[in-house]
Amino acid sequence: MTRDVNDPFAPFAAQPNTDRPHRWRDSTREGMMRGENLPLAAAPLLGFGRLLRRYGFPVAPEQVSGFMQAVTLLGPRSMIDIHEAALATLAPPPDRRDEFEAHFQSYFYGNATAVVEGEADDETRIKDDGGPGDEENKVARQAEGGDLSSGAELLSGRDFQRDGDGLAAFRRKLATALPARSSFRTVRTHARGKLDLRRSLREVVSVDGDIPSPLLRRRQTVPRKLLILIDVSGSMKLYTSDYLKLAHAAVQGAGRAEIFTFGTRLTRITAALRIRDRDQALAHVAALVDDWDGGTRMGPTLLAFLSVPRFSAFARGAALVILSDALERGDHAELEMAIRRLSARAFRLSLATPLAGDPRFQPATAALRAILPVLDDLIDGSSIAGLTDFILSLARPAPAAAAIWKRVS
Amino acid sequence: MPKRSAETVATSPEAVASHLAASRYLADESLATAVFLAIRLGKPLLLEGSPGVGKTEAAKAIAEVLGRDLVRLQCYEGIDAAHALYEWNYQRQLLAIRHAGEHEVDIYDDRFLIARPLLQVLKAPEKRVLLVDEIDRSDHEFEALLLEFLSDFQISIPERGTIRATAQPIVILTSNRTRELAEALRRRCVYHWITYPDAEREAEIIMLRAGDVAEATARAVAAAVHDIRARPLAKPPGIAEAVEWANAATILEQGGSPWPEAFRRAIGVLIKDEEDLSYIAPELGQIVEEALA
Repeated sequence: MTRDVNDPFAPFAAQPNTDRPHRWRDSTREGMMRGENLPLAAAPLLGFGRLLRRYGFPVAPEQVSGFMQAVTLLGPRSMIDIHEAALATLAPPPDRRDEFEAHFQSYFYGNATAVVEGEADDETRIKDDGGPGDEENKVARQAEGGDLSSGAELLSGRDFQRDGDGLAAFRRKLATALPARSSFRTVRTHARGKLDLRRSLREVVSVDGDIPSPLLRRRQTVPRKLLILIDVSGSMKLYTSDYLKLAHAAVQGAGRAEIFTFGTRLTRITAALRIRDRDQALAHVAALVDDWDGGTRMGPTLLAFLSVPRFSAFARGAALVILSDALERGDHAELEMAIRRLSARAFRLSLATPLAGDPRFQPATAALRAILPVLDDLIDGSSIAGLTDFILSLARPAPAAAAIWKRVS
Repeated sequence: MPKRSAETVATSPEAVASHLAASRYLADESLATAVFLAIRLGKPLLLEGSPGVGKTEAAKAIAEVLGRDLVRLQCYEGIDAAHALYEWNYQRQLLAIRHAGEHEVDIYDDRFLIARPLLQVLKAPEKRVLLVDEIDRSDHEFEALLLEFLSDFQISIPERGTIRATAQPIVILTSNRTRELAEALRRRCVYHWITYPDAEREAEIIMLRAGDVAEATARAVAAAVHDIRARPLAKPPGIAEAVEWANAATILEQGGSPWPEAFRRAIGVLIKDEEDLSYIAPELGQIVEEALA
């Protein structure tokens, strides 16, 4: 059957497999399976793979066997060959390359002093929570103590009684309210679409050449990503807990939302907020973030956000809301650069500042004036109700922030 | 360039490097080793690095060295199987059905099959090299689809069955690392992280690639570009930009501008971002002075 349908390609299939790497690889595998056939000199290579695995490098068995094959292929004529083979086959991630080099040095040269240096101190620390794992349980267990547990019960009791902040409604509406983009994929439709030739053809064949009514398809629309960056510095102290509740509702409601906090450091808290129970999620976040109520280094932390490829890739085409008063300590050049770059990536960049709750508010600080031209929205962030309304209205077009604030002043 | 078998090219990393140099691509030892290993182990080669370090050029050079055609699959958000694997030519199929009348017609014949890059390479693995460019731009779903192709080198067409490659095709993947690739993909490949070349090698590249640039100019450009890349720019200049800069400055100099001035006036071909330009402008004079010294 397979032979038959393959007919047009028969010339290729008929050729004997003369590919040398294939044969070579097979014989090695056989040898490795038996284990005792492994030459004595290969043991260190195997050990190096194990060592890397112990330090958290993802090294698959096939990579180790590839490593050994590579070393054999290269000679090896010198240690450099072994080094090159290790780099090519074990594929250490570029950001852990120094660590890899240190392990290589200490393993193959016995150079124990080659340890990885810590990060430079002025560099912004980035914390990415892997997921709600053991810590979630730890938090829950801590709360079992007498006083603590009664306190927690009191809090959750109050929450159940009144949904004063309207977050439950926000959560329900969010999934459909986010701005949409048209996806590359298509869906079947009965009206307003293009001819779906593939399905139509199948239909034509099945009814023996008659042309029934044509079948249609059109581009699917998918909601855009929602990215919220929360300022947790001292000047925002009054608002952070409300903002985190909002963020929790957003993660629960939206299909693709990412939440980060920034102060002096950058912390990704999305995974913690995926826990369904709000109090538990917020307790987890509290343990995760190290820079509560500290200073602000808004510019450097946002630049740090942009420098991690998978974070900044998330900002591309996303609706991005920054919850911050944008009171930058010292020079605002970095902040301006970061906001500019974010705005270039995001679909819509909004800054919600609690200061705008004051009717006399004007974007008068040097930092705000500098970033105002690239902001899409500059809004009041002093109440949850205002913020939820705003986020639900993100899909509707609005005049640029600079235009609005010029009119006001 | 005559067709050469992969075996004769890849006898050692040094041989690979010299072959690549003959195709006007200067590979460092590490890249040459990775190419050598990829060919000999029969694994795909994954090249990662910043934009403009010469990933795509490397793939072109490898294809040229082997005397094969380069089939390029440019990835983008939303790319799907119909663009990567194969597609049926529905219009021709419909016409064929109408023309056939009472006769029987096989509408899944080869002439109705439009081969896309992956299938093209599968059909003639000894004549083509596949370049999957900027894989980090595609969706996760597409990455998974590619994974299947890269591990077994076969494509299943429901109407036709499974098509297998008879020989191991040579596949090169590039990524700008705008997002993390799946671990499964990384470990199936021979991996190489391309960095910007050091100033000396870059000077050699500039002389090889640019029209008629004096050696002193090439060295000065390489040193200055090296210096500029160390600064926090939104878009650090790539190798192609450095070559362009050397070319442009040479033309300006022949037109009567003195040296430091020619470099300064040609900066537009090196830095193509208004913000970066205003950032670098005050220091540019000094950078060029130092590079010329």
